[in-house]
Amino acid sequence: MTDTFFLNVSIAILLAVLVALYRVLVGPNIIDRIVGVNVIGTKTITVIVLTGYLFERVEFFIDIAFLYALINFVGTLALSKYFEQKGVEHPGSTP
Amino acid sequence: MNLVSGFLVVSGVFFLFMGAVGLVRFPDFYSRMHAAGKCDTLGSLLVLTGLAGHEGLGLTSVKLMTIAVFIFFTSPTATHAIVRAAHKNRVPFWNQGDRT
Repeated sequence: MTDTFFLNVSIAILLAVLVALYRVLVGPNIIDRIVGVNVIGTKTITVIVLTGYLFERVEFFIDIAFLYALINFVGTLALSKYFEQKGVEHPGSTP
Repeated sequence: MNLVSGFLVVSGVFFLFMGAVGLVRFPDFYSRMHAAGKCDTLGSLLVLTGLAGHEGLGLTSVKLMTIAVFIFFTSPTATHAIVRAAHKNRVPFWNQGDRT
């Protein structure tokens, strides 16, 4: 019964990932896509922990989730700092 | 799975889903960040806290709460960095009447 609950919760979060993937694919400029990737990464952390419950190996999957949280944070910071320097192309921006 | 942790996990999933819907539906970049930053932080926090309550006291729940505290600090920081990059490059605000 508990397994079914975790499976349903994972499927619901993956549906939310699909909704957020729309913003990554069609986002008007690059910084919208970065936001979408950040949101998907945050959802992936919870999905990894729930996958650990499905496989009954939580103590291993939690370390992977912590590592994923670190990579997500550092990657988002690096991308935003890079595009802060380089400039973001949007309608009305001076080329 | 007791009632309190199940309620926490389900409400966390609700917040995660509503954050994703807000990320798609809101009209300009800054209001999208409003939806994405707060709903994602709160949703992840609720799901991880509910799972820690399901686990009971031990090393696993301490690790889960460590991830929750980490997300609690880093997700607003990442949001702030992204909005700062957008604002310095003058990404336009939404005016009433614009259709996006």
